Amino acid sequence: MNWYALVGFVIVALAAGLIIFLAFFLQRKTHWREIPVIKGLKRQVGLSVEDGRQLHFAIGRGNLLTPDSMASLTALSAFDQVVRSTAHADRPPVVSSGDGALSILSQSTIFSASGSRTAFVQGRLAGLTPFSYVAGSLQDARNPDVAANVLIGHFGLEIALLTEAAERAGTFVMAGSDDLAAQAVAYAASAQPLIGEELYVVGAYLSDNPVYQASVKVQDIYRWLIVVILVAGALLNLAGIL
Amino acid sequence: MKNKGLFSVAIAIAVGTLILLGYFADRPLLVALRVTFVQWAILLTALAVFIGVINLMVVHMSRLGQKKGGISSMALLLGLLFSLGIGLVFGPQHPFSQALFDAVVLPGEASLLAVLSISLLYAAIRLLHRRTDLISLIFVATLVLVLLGFVPMPFGEIPVLGDFLRPYITQVLAAAGARGILLGVALGTLTTGLRILMGVDRPYGGR
Repeated sequence: MNWYALVGFVIVALAAGLIIFLAFFLQRKTHWREIPVIKGLKRQVGLSVEDGRQLHFAIGRGNLLTPDSMASLTALSAFDQVVRSTAHADRPPVVSSGDGALSILSQSTIFSASGSRTAFVQGRLAGLTPFSYVAGSLQDARNPDVAANVLIGHFGLEIALLTEAAERAGTFVMAGSDDLAAQAVAYAASAQPLIGEELYVVGAYLSDNPVYQASVKVQDIYRWLIVVILVAGALLNLAGIL
Repeated sequence: MKNKGLFSVAIAIAVGTLILLGYFADRPLLVALRVTFVQWAILLTALAVFIGVINLMVVHMSRLGQKKGGISSMALLLGLLFSLGIGLVFGPQHPFSQALFDAVVLPGEASLLAVLSISLLYAAIRLLHRRTDLISLIFVATLVLVLLGFVPMPFGEIPVLGDFLRPYITQVLAAAGARGILLGVALGTLTTGLRILMGVDRPYGGR
């Protein structure tokens, strides 16, 4: 094992150990900083059940063989929690994706969370290229029965077209991506953008599962470690030691 | 049913852990296992595309009878069957298949790109109407400054803006912010991956 691999292994193993440790010892009810858009989503989930309207999740086009898929898998995790809380709604949520494997996973999530027999139609492959995906999702985004459009996952600039259509339809829109350009576009095009790692904490805000809470704590711990290392490195460099 | 769920979770955790270890440890057995599993995943992903296309057809066939969107679903199905037929009969490299791509798919995507540029401009204009706060003001002011720094002027580069301010914004401020966001994304990716590896997030079902 070379040095880079060893450092990588230590980072991953330490993160895993911290998640397990904190999941056991962290208080069940953790108070996080308020993210208005996630609060809005929780409200929309309740309202959509009362009004008999639908939620549309667009989880992007992250290829499962690349790290891009993590943003879409995070979106699926949030979707799973929403499906569980709306299992008895008149109109079950729908999810559109831009990757074949992701669409199968979304169907599996729907079936696993609600036992719905229409999971194959609720979890849709909308298109396989960025623009065909957006074109295929527009019909769901503008559907008058849809109360909220949750556009989180791996998107590029094309997220602007979806956001624009969803905002014009007068629905609640939550937009976030792991892509930098898409984040900038979502900030400009949407009233409720998710910036940076906010995308990865949606699950923790929607769930009481201690592992979700612990994983957010681990992200915070690592962030502070990186800050300390960067500042120390800069100071050492300034002092001529590094 | 519960046993079936546990079985799929156990397989996912075992395979995920073996692949992860194959990246860190230089053992021939682990590397061989990692390569084999990834090759299987590539094959399954290709099969998933095929199932996805069937899903696309089923969804649009169910919409055929609807007043709204029925015609576009019909157009999609006809287009899909036509291009599938052409591909199967002539092959993807045949000039006819290439012409179909160049004449339909390429212009369609290019026109959506054009629509996107207008949408972005419209979004930037509407931003201050939607959110009038300090961050939005900084966002729009930075956008205008960088654009002015890039745009070719008849009298040449705008002094200070073109040779100092724009490079400083894009190469120092924006790069620093982008790195910060990317670090956050990397940490989110790490913890999401670990949750899946621990069987907490189960997008493959099994609950």
